[in-house]
Amino acid sequence: MGLISATSTIFDAGSMSAGFGGSMTFIKKLTASSSGTLSFLNGSGGVVLDDTYKEYVFTFKNIHPATDDQAFTFQVDTGSNTSFNQAITSSFFNAQHSEGDANYLMYRATGDLAQGTGFQRLTEGSGNDNDQSCCGTLTIHAPADTTFVKHFIAQTHNAHSGNYAMNNFIAGYVNTTTALTRVRFKYESGNIDAGDICLYGIA
Amino acid sequence: MAVVSNGTTIIDAGALGSGVPTGKMILIKTLTASSSATLSFVHGASSVVFDDTYDKYVFKFINMHPATNEAYFTFNMSLDTGSNYNVVKTTTFFRANHPEAGSNGSLAYRTGDDLAQSASFQRLSAQIGNGNDESTSGYLTIFNPSSTVFQKHFMAQSNAYQIGNEHTNNSHIAGYGNTTSAIDAIQFKMHSGNTDSGVIKLYGIGG
Repeated sequence: MGLISATSTIFDAGSMSAGFGGSMTFIKKLTASSSGTLSFLNGSGGVVLDDTYKEYVFTFKNIHPATDDQAFTFQVDTGSNTSFNQAITSSFFNAQHSEGDANYLMYRATGDLAQGTGFQRLTEGSGNDNDQSCCGTLTIHAPADTTFVKHFIAQTHNAHSGNYAMNNFIAGYVNTTTALTRVRFKYESGNIDAGDICLYGIA
Repeated sequence: MAVVSNGTTIIDAGALGSGVPTGKMILIKTLTASSSATLSFVHGASSVVFDDTYDKYVFKFINMHPATNEAYFTFNMSLDTGSNYNVVKTTTFFRANHPEAGSNGSLAYRTGDDLAQSASFQRLSAQIGNGNDESTSGYLTIFNPSSTVFQKHFMAQSNAYQIGNEHTNNSHIAGYGNTTSAIDAIQFKMHSGNTDSGVIKLYGIGG
């Protein structure tokens, strides 16, 4: 049964018509529990990561490392590939301030990639004290495009193992014109002890 | 009466079915300044929700205009539903600055604007002029404020029209409330004088 109001179809065939329900659509939440990796794969487990949306936003809530002083990272891949080794060129800078009152604003060459196929850092070394974690967002624009490279922009905040507040700004492009279909998150070493990653599509 | 479409329950018992997509950025509350000393969002008061209902909360502040010249727009957190706004914080603050005259654009860390284990109010802007057309606008995001395990991370960005040679100041602020107690209220104010006018909107974002 459909629901039609003033000639506008609100619902039909078990789903809401386009234009209703807001333009930020929740797609999937993954919750870490001593997880080696967390992966969002288009078409698997309810994940949509194709041309349905123009941009996709991942939000990180209290991502807690099992191992002290580890960077939280991500990589992407195409098709059904599982290597997660696409070439990335990126930039990374951050502001830091310690609980002991030392501060910095600087470009971090250890956090960028120049056609690197390793995982892209989203933080510097996060602490694994019980109350330490990182939060933030990663936006990937038009991952399914087959003409352009794939731009991404991220901002994260983490409690560094040395008891610093770190405000990290990361951006770059995945240097491929092949559609991206999957995104993987992990710490450089050790498990993701706890935390949520949510994926939203922006219409 | 339930509305069922193609076997999917759309509406029943006064609520949307769980499978119905809904907006994930929900406007919770709007406060409008009018010569206000403070503007406070307290969980459970005046329809404010600020608990584990959402994963993160976004405050958008629009044209906050100070009564007093050279005021900073600031915020703090509360652990006791607004009785005290004094959560210890460690934060960073940097900004890009450019005068209307077009020279000496700069990007710099601002040691006078950050906090190191301090319970003071955190600045969210550069100094704001109180000329009729001067104000600051921006946003503040707070992650998982009701956690009883983790520190409370926040990020903010603002742009302010600064007095003195007519500067634009793009400020980037972030940090953590160094507490594992739940935060249940947020207060905004100018560091000196009232907030003459402006609007603050609170949104919940959750999966």
